[in-house]
Amino acid sequence: MARILTYREALREALRQVLEEDPTVIVMGEDIAGGLGAPGELDAWGGDMGVTKGLFGQFGPERILDTPISESAYIGAAVGAATCGLRPIAELMFVDFMGVCFDQLLNQGAKFRYMFGGKAKTPVVIRTQYGAGYRTAAQHSQSLYPLFAHVPGLKVVIPSTAYDAKGLLISSVRDDDPVVFFEHKVLYDEARDHVPEAPYAIPFGEANFVREGEDVTIVAIGRMVHVAKRAADKLAQEKIEVELIDPRTISPLDEDSILESVEKTGRLVVVDEAHPRCGMAADIAALVADKAFKSLKAPVKCVTAPHTPVPFSPVLEDAFIPSDMAVAAAARTVMA
Amino acid sequence: MSEKIAAIVMPKWGMAMEEGTVVAWHAEEGAAVTEGQEVVDVESPKIANAIEAKQGGLLRRRVAALGDVLPVGGLLGVIAGAEVPEADIDAFVKGYVTPAGEGGAAAGPSVASIEAGGRRFAYLDQGAGEPPLVLIHGFGGDLGSWMFNQPALAEARRVIAIDLPGHGGSQKDVGDGSVAGLAAAIGTAIDALGLARYHLAGHSLGGAVALAIAGARPQQVASLVLVASAGLGPEIDGGFIADFTAAERRKEMTGVAQMLFADPALVTRKLVEDMLRIKRIDGVTEAMRRIAARSFAQGRQAEDVAAPFPDAVPTLVIWGGKDRIVPASHADKITGARKEIFPAAGHMVHAEAYAEVNRLIGEFCAANG
Repeated sequence: MARILTYREALREALRQVLEEDPTVIVMGEDIAGGLGAPGELDAWGGDMGVTKGLFGQFGPERILDTPISESAYIGAAVGAATCGLRPIAELMFVDFMGVCFDQLLNQGAKFRYMFGGKAKTPVVIRTQYGAGYRTAAQHSQSLYPLFAHVPGLKVVIPSTAYDAKGLLISSVRDDDPVVFFEHKVLYDEARDHVPEAPYAIPFGEANFVREGEDVTIVAIGRMVHVAKRAADKLAQEKIEVELIDPRTISPLDEDSILESVEKTGRLVVVDEAHPRCGMAADIAALVADKAFKSLKAPVKCVTAPHTPVPFSPVLEDAFIPSDMAVAAAARTVMA
Repeated sequence: MSEKIAAIVMPKWGMAMEEGTVVAWHAEEGAAVTEGQEVVDVESPKIANAIEAKQGGLLRRRVAALGDVLPVGGLLGVIAGAEVPEADIDAFVKGYVTPAGEGGAAAGPSVASIEAGGRRFAYLDQGAGEPPLVLIHGFGGDLGSWMFNQPALAEARRVIAIDLPGHGGSQKDVGDGSVAGLAAAIGTAIDALGLARYHLAGHSLGGAVALAIAGARPQQVASLVLVASAGLGPEIDGGFIADFTAAERRKEMTGVAQMLFADPALVTRKLVEDMLRIKRIDGVTEAMRRIAARSFAQGRQAEDVAAPFPDAVPTLVIWGGKDRIVPASHADKITGARKEIFPAAGHMVHAEAYAEVNRLIGEFCAANG
């Protein structure tokens, strides 16, 4: 379908379609309808990024719940509602605020199915923003998804395109387990691509091959897929053919696709905007070292943000984010 | 453009294609090429395929080098006779302007939809010239299955590719899953589009549907083109139908896709992703299951898939000799039809031998009104 939507529009369409198809779906979060400072109309905001705009008008206050600024309360309420038959989608404005919600999610929501012997389900989706580049400083810019990938019982979804954002959000809502759904704040406007109008679901644990190539495998996560794509374009001019893999979900992780590709190319670069310690880059590097060591022709290279808070200085913030130059340099190193 | 100088340009294979990469030249500069000869291989993000010479002559220039990335419409090479002076060739290359906007993903024709008989149909309408040609894709596909054919055929006439019920952007209700039911549904869409007389081409399941439409309203159908068509005999690969219906992931779908082509190298990961994109849409798998159960159960085409053949309609049958889904021997079932077999092609003969298939369809339509 030649219909181009932004990441924001694709997410909004997915939300509208799941609200239409299933009366147990509700949406809750801060400023998703009115909000302090809204110009008198209840549908003014649509969240701080405008994703939910229009939903309050269509579905009303029973299903679009504008919450107080108390993340611990409404994330707990969402988890609880999920155990009682609803399918809540809670918008946590920035994943950085998850610190006050950890018990509700990782010690309660993530454990119910296991501890009740499979008889309980917790179909809650936490939509949340991550990532640097929006000049929102150290407390609103982190890429904290490795924390959630670490916890069994949670599913972790990180779409890089508008197509994936819609299909993965629909899958997340239909899934019976808690899903943490990561949206990069820069992608709301930057990612624009073909999105079918009809609802569709992308299965979890199915990587996307953004580009096929014989020389080096690059695995990139979320916004870094676009950075790696630019690097791959540069490398193609130097006759280095990149196979670019976007895992789309990091828990579950499509290990087979990564291993299959590295067995072909013998070289791996992992690109991640999260910090290097205990992150997905280290995780994927370890996976390949363990299961495809004999295929490797060069050491695995990881391109990540440094182990520092995200700087507020624009110059430093730009330097913090992995660049296409850094990715291309890493690929050249493993090719040498 | 001078008739003696022919440009070889970057094609537009599918609506999303914006640019392509030159991956192989099959002729040296200065070599003689014949019409239909494969001259250069091009790769889009979706698929790799050869571009064939539209006219014979000498390959006077290879304008694009290996690895070059050109926008859609960009000049790859120049074919001309030996009598054309070098200066004219140089002037042609220098003066060539890539058509603006064609490469843009947002530019060009876009899928429209129409309500008919209580259903919504998606279709892509391209080109001008009556009577139009209506294209009907196969089981589990969508109108994009004609991406190698529709743009070329639309140079001479209006070409409308339509999504079958249950597929692509069309509504997912397939009724009882019978070919007669699908044909009746497409018939309502044809009426809603206001088509009174048209050519009809169908691939695989779409061929059976086209056959049924031609049988039901032969006076409307100027000519019928059946490409690796169902509806002409009982045999069909039941394993393929079952695997295709069940496939949800890349690995399963790769095996399915390779069954469709004689040359498995044509099956890129992007092509597989495109097939998955069709199947991920709500209701598509259920629609395929219903059609398979009703029309292709136990590895056989149901008896009523074969409509009575409309003798009055001029018919062209095209098949790939290496078709693994529906045997090419079914091409013999229609006596009096023109028959064209491509020995090296598989079930997707209209993709694998698209240039020749396009020429055949174009000529057949032109000869029949």
